[in-house]
Amino acid sequence: MTEGSAITDELRSMIGMATEPVIMEVERGAIRRYADAIGDPNPLFSDVEYARNSRYGEVICPPGFFGWPLKRGGMMELLGTIGGALFRAGVPRILDGGVDYEFFLPIRAGDILTSHGKFADFREREGRTGKMLFITMETTYLNQNGDLVAKARSTLIAL
Amino acid sequence: MAQQGSIITDEMKKQIGVKGVPTVLEVEKGLIRMMAEALDDPNPLWQDEEYAEKSKYGGIIAPPALLCCARAGTGRGVQMKSPFPRALAGGDEVEYLKPLKAGDVITSVSHIAEYNEREGKRGPMLFTTIETTYKNQRDEVVAISRSTFISY
Amino acid sequence: MAKKQLYYEDVEVGTEVTPLAKVATTQMLVKWAGGSGDFNPLHFEDSFAASQGVDSPIVHGALKRAWLGHLMTDWIGDGGFLKKLACQYRGMDYPRKMKTITDPQEGETWWCRGTVTKKYVEDDQHIVECDIWVENAKGEKTTPGSATVVLPFKKAKS
Repeated sequence: MTEGSAITDELRSMIGMATEPVIMEVERGAIRRYADAIGDPNPLFSDVEYARNSRYGEVICPPGFFGWPLKRGGMMELLGTIGGALFRAGVPRILDGGVDYEFFLPIRAGDILTSHGKFADFREREGRTGKMLFITMETTYLNQNGDLVAKARSTLIAL
Repeated sequence: MAQQGSIITDEMKKQIGVKGVPTVLEVEKGLIRMMAEALDDPNPLWQDEEYAEKSKYGGIIAPPALLCCARAGTGRGVQMKSPFPRALAGGDEVEYLKPLKAGDVITSVSHIAEYNEREGKRGPMLFTTIETTYKNQRDEVVAISRSTFISY
Repeated sequence: MAKKQLYYEDVEVGTEVTPLAKVATTQMLVKWAGGSGDFNPLHFEDSFAASQGVDSPIVHGALKRAWLGHLMTDWIGDGGFLKKLACQYRGMDYPRKMKTITDPQEGETWWCRGTVTKKYVEDDQHIVECDIWVENAKGEKTTPGSATVVLPFKKAKS
């Protein structure tokens, strides 16, 4: 195992690295397919008439609709870059540590979202099997009015 | 062919021409993208907005595969009956009359068009043909499909 | 990415449709199920497939028809129009399993092919008919069919 400091310097210099913005049109069909796939019959997700008469005025997205944020919007490429530094840090294996979502505004069918992904932070810990790095990747979603609608913080564990 | 021993009952015959429940499909860009990805078909007419705008279609269109499937409501609500436990898709025939554009809202209605029976290697087989008509939001017929299901 | 446009004058009876290679994978079947809405377990579950008399999950017939659609739309280009597509599901095809998240195991490659059988002008449309099919690695036509297309006509441009 190599000395930690030089390597974490390399990683530290990468904090803030960001993806290009990615545009995503939220479509009713995609919401319906998602709700169907998770077995959620809530009419707010699939019944246009019902949703129109609700306080949202339109079909809205279920919370998990964004799926795995790292799959999208250039995050994989960004992770590839960070992966090089992790490899040099002697922690080449990466595990999915989970996703925290924060929602600020309802997301309606017809919204056009722009997502921005970035390498937000990392912290180091000594595990039973040696050094572990907890990597935080952050994705923010803005709607067509420029309002922040959601934020996802994905944790990856490198060991 | 109402000879003795026919597997096509009167009850089944009564279903010929009975219309199933209409299905509405919004032809969304995301769905088109999904189909193109599933087919591994990189045609820019399906996904590249700028390219498609300059084409003769003036915008994104859908690959032909989007019609004649469960997503498009093909076969929805028809009372398909068979005395046999096993079923297979036998074939499809789709006639396209208009291009299918992103943003179109397609309403499809199916009915049983005909039955045929035949003696196969593994015993009697029933062929059921379902016809589906697809109309767009302007009430224009965009396509007609005929799908044959084999049960045995 | 614009391809060279195919014109009516470019084809004769016997002309080959530019072949298209396809690899069916279990992953592609999952994607097709999501896209087409066909969630028949015949296409993803071993025991159900066995109950239906097949060895293991089979490629959706409609997916093979979709491949034939891809074959034709690639060939006729942006200026052509696919009028009719028909095929019969005669033989079973079994998808390759996956080796990695993105790549399939070694195995079968399918070819979509076709030949022109007829060309004629009807109602001012330049129409070409083709025999088309999907063939497996053994060269068996598991999905034979036909297609009718309208092609642009060079002379009409001047």
